[in-house]
Amino acid sequence: MTGVEETAGRWPGRGPLLLGVRHHGPGSARAVRAALAAARPEVVLIEGPPEADALIPLAADEDMRPPVALLAHAVDEPGRSAFWPLAEFSPEWVAIRWALEHEVPARFIDLPAAHTLAWGSDAATEPEDGTSAGADAPVPDAQVRVDPLAVLAETAGYDDPERWWEDVVEHRGGTAGTEGDTGDPFAPFTVLEEAMGALREAFGTGGHDKDLVREAYMRLQTRAAQREFGDAVAVVCGAWHVPALRRRTTVAADKGLLKGLPKVRTDMTWVPWTHRRLARHSGYGAGIDSPGWYGHLFGAPDRPVERWLTKVAGLLREEDRMVSSAHVIEAVRLAETLAAMRGRPLAGLTETTDAVRAVMCEGSDVPLALVHDRLVVGDVLGEVPQAAPAVPLQRDLDRIQRRLRLKPEALERELELDLRKDTDAERSRLLHRLTLLGVAWGEPVASRGSTGTFRETWRLRWEPELAVRVAEAGVWGTTVLAAATAKAESDAVAAPGLADVTGLAERCLLAELPDALPTVTRVLTDRAALDTDVGHLAQALPALVRSLRYGDVRGTDTGALTEVAAGLAERIFVGLPPACTALDTDAAEEMRRHVDAVHSAVGLLGEAPAAAHADLRQRWHAVLRVLSARDTMPGVIRGRAVRLLLDGGELAQDEAARLMGLVLSPGTPPADAAAWIEGFVGGGSGGGMLLVHDERLLALVDAWLTGVPAEAFTDVLPLLRRTFSAYEPGVRRTLGELVRRGPGSTRRTASTGTGIPGFAPDLDSGRADAVLPVLRLLLGPDAAEKGADNDLVGVTR
Amino acid sequence: MSVSVEPKSVEVPEGETADALRPHAENAFAGELAALAAQDDRPRPARWKLSPWAVATYLLGGTLPDGTVITPKYVGPRRLVEVAVTTLATDRALLLLGVPGTAKTWVSEHLAAAVSGDSTLLVQGTAGTPEEAIRYGWNYAQLLAHGPSRDALVPSPVMRAMAEGMTARVEELTRIPADVQDTLITILSEKTLPIPELGQEVQAVRGFNLIATANDRDRGVNDLSSALRRRFNTVVLPLPESVEAEVDIVSRRVDQIGRSLDLPAVPDGIAEIRRVVTVFRELRDGVTADGRTKLKSPSGTLSTAEAISVVTSGLALAAHFGDGVLRAGDVAAGILGAVVRDPAADRVIWQEYLEAVVRERDGWKDFYRACREVSA
Repeated sequence: MTGVEETAGRWPGRGPLLLGVRHHGPGSARAVRAALAAARPEVVLIEGPPEADALIPLAADEDMRPPVALLAHAVDEPGRSAFWPLAEFSPEWVAIRWALEHEVPARFIDLPAAHTLAWGSDAATEPEDGTSAGADAPVPDAQVRVDPLAVLAETAGYDDPERWWEDVVEHRGGTAGTEGDTGDPFAPFTVLEEAMGALREAFGTGGHDKDLVREAYMRLQTRAAQREFGDAVAVVCGAWHVPALRRRTTVAADKGLLKGLPKVRTDMTWVPWTHRRLARHSGYGAGIDSPGWYGHLFGAPDRPVERWLTKVAGLLREEDRMVSSAHVIEAVRLAETLAAMRGRPLAGLTETTDAVRAVMCEGSDVPLALVHDRLVVGDVLGEVPQAAPAVPLQRDLDRIQRRLRLKPEALERELELDLRKDTDAERSRLLHRLTLLGVAWGEPVASRGSTGTFRETWRLRWEPELAVRVAEAGVWGTTVLAAATAKAESDAVAAPGLADVTGLAERCLLAELPDALPTVTRVLTDRAALDTDVGHLAQALPALVRSLRYGDVRGTDTGALTEVAAGLAERIFVGLPPACTALDTDAAEEMRRHVDAVHSAVGLLGEAPAAAHADLRQRWHAVLRVLSARDTMPGVIRGRAVRLLLDGGELAQDEAARLMGLVLSPGTPPADAAAWIEGFVGGGSGGGMLLVHDERLLALVDAWLTGVPAEAFTDVLPLLRRTFSAYEPGVRRTLGELVRRGPGSTRRTASTGTGIPGFAPDLDSGRADAVLPVLRLLLGPDAAEKGADNDLVGVTR
Repeated sequence: MSVSVEPKSVEVPEGETADALRPHAENAFAGELAALAAQDDRPRPARWKLSPWAVATYLLGGTLPDGTVITPKYVGPRRLVEVAVTTLATDRALLLLGVPGTAKTWVSEHLAAAVSGDSTLLVQGTAGTPEEAIRYGWNYAQLLAHGPSRDALVPSPVMRAMAEGMTARVEELTRIPADVQDTLITILSEKTLPIPELGQEVQAVRGFNLIATANDRDRGVNDLSSALRRRFNTVVLPLPESVEAEVDIVSRRVDQIGRSLDLPAVPDGIAEIRRVVTVFRELRDGVTADGRTKLKSPSGTLSTAEAISVVTSGLALAAHFGDGVLRAGDVAAGILGAVVRDPAADRVIWQEYLEAVVRERDGWKDFYRACREVSA
């Protein structure tokens, strides 16, 4: 440990040069670059899976843009995989690039992924340690472990280890702003190594038992490199490992540790990565909170705080917030004064964030959230050259295609699927999942002949560029199922409108992604709760109810979704009446369609087995009653509500006639009355038949129409024309004949009063008997004989 | 017109405050301030009585090396206090924002007391605050007798703070008419107050700064012009963090008010108070207490202060017209009035809340019924 500090600025002498870093630490990255430039080693060894050695030259490819990740996956089981993400400011990336630029070999020396992935089967894979705190650990289980960084930070009196690290390491030289500073480029590593050495003496492996094995492998690799290149070997690894690598052990002991490790066949490739996935909150275990900020610290040539706040001001200006240069000046001053007051060497992210909030955002957290999302985390997306090996997703897809005997063919063909068969159901799911992933291999087309929900027809065509799409989708996961789930979840969060989310829920059910459904449902609930436009809610409900029915066909558990649908319906019930007031004609017409859609959706939803929502239909009818009775509603909606109630048997014919008479009385403006008529009998709702059979209603319309004043008639005409022209020719003719027969027939109906409207008071038994033979034929002899009388009355009615 | 009213001196002689109903912060906590000043060895900005670090300690509380205990004056995020104190140390003015009842005035008074040792340089903003309250007025008797002179000038608290390098306070900045607000722009950016009548000016001395408080959710206030806003660093004081804290504040305050109004004591109101606070918090935050359902927020403020008034009027109802026990029915009407400010939009929000949340909640049946009754 002591040999390092003797020669400053040149090769530090005996033994390999051990550069302990924090993964994704911009200060570490900068220090590594300076140390490598000063020492000029002949080989650079980097902590990482050695299987990736062959991939290192790709890092120099001009199409390669960090953040990227090394992906290792088991060949036979693409779902088992591990990632080693590298950002531009990762010390490992800096080391790779330095080696490539100086034509020095670079090698990975960590335990091969073949072993770490095999470990993953019994315990969580953990190829990285906690010192690094920003590490390549794919599945960390850090709770039980000692976090060495936290211990160091606590010793130094910091409550937040990240902040301590920032102050002590990352911000060093930040104010000077140059990396080629006059100080000793190896000094930071020496200090850190001492601290880590003390920690490891106190904590041993700190619960990272597998570290011993990994460190043994690293020692062996380092020794091999030393034999080849002498002492001119530089090792870039997590600071935690440095004391272990420094330790003198026998080759035999190290080899002994490595004996009998489990192994799986693995493949490696580069995949594009994003800043968002580097960030801790994306669920990626060990990560960093603020990749954008770190990237900035690494990239800014000098005055990082000033540059950062200027960037923030630029972003806020783009979003139309008024931020002047004076704001930036004041923010810088506040940030620096705050740092001084808190006793920090340089304003860090906390100080700049506080300054931005107080000066630029007027104390509000809303624009601040934007700053956090766009800058502190950042939208950076990495790129990987074409030459990189295929992603595991492609392999998974190949396997599924083979299993389902579904060959990718360039020739277009149609595929009929019967979802009751297992293979066909799986094929359908695959195609739906691929569509979700943006791999448009199959396109659903309307089924010919059959309209059952268990049939699907797809038009298949495999275009060569779909392979590229698959590669792109590789970001989302290593299997089709996992990738589609991740994509659906991310889509749900990003979806702009409520209807998009319901559509997504439907697709999740079709593609059978049960794991994505909770996220989608949650987003759906939130969106529904916050959406103030009843129209949006009403649009969303039918799709949702439809998906519920699909779910039933496919046997998916849709309990949560039913809850959401019921909640959505409740919100519509509450919001619909106020939303229907003060609408113009077009808006009213649209709202009428919404009312129709909600009506049928509620009908379907009411059938659902969930008993808690049994009263949905009653409540909907209550809403309809409110709609029908309120004079401020547009006529078309009132008419529609009355009609729906009438059809549902909630309103007696007499009552409907009374309401119609009320609307068609002279007090109502003719245009409003005409709209009411359209709502009541218009469109394809079979209203014509209603008028044919209930002459009382027809008479009301007739009487009203003849009473419309001449000047209003031209206004009313287009509406009426639209209403009546939609009827079938037969209905139109019958109506015409009824009207021609004129008031006489009306009077007759009115005089009889008690009979069913449109019918004579007594049964014409001769005509009724004539129907009997046909009925008997239809119902079978037994049924017809048993209750002929009652049935007949029912039928004729 | 020769209306000449001798302006009264606002100076309160030292030592007279012992009998005051409510002593100023610098008097009430004189001991703590002195102890802090004695121990404080950090650099102090010009004319500050304490270093910024000590000011933060004074507000947030702590124990000094010699064992003196500093009581916390403000319970809330440390970050906010640090930003506020740091702002005063730069030459930017400080704007404290928040809904009523978030201790804006309290914090501003204690900041001024700790920084300048004097919290009395105060302008109370109202709709009728004239320009003279911020700049200067005239002693008309003097003016008529001797003509314009510095002797005839009646300085405003702000002017005095500028001349002496002290901290001035402006309460309820957004209630002051916009044209009067704009007077502050020159003071804050040029740090000078011209007196054109005398051809003179008063230049701010180092140590001068200004703390303003304003209400950010209240309706009908004069929004700050962006020119003025730019002169302030803004700190938003949050509402109480937890239900428990808020229930505590409400019940204590209700108790005080009840006693001063001589309301008969009403036992066991705590359950109902908790319910009111829960409803207010849920609607304010737009999410239910269990964090599982999102809600729309109504246009009203729904501050702690309003919760207090709802409970107080509920108590009065219960005491005078009810059976002496605070029940759901007593607070329902009050809640409705507090929530539904905009008859169209807020009513929908309230009904959605009733149907989606209250109806399903265990033990809230009586509350649901009472609310349905008053909203019908």
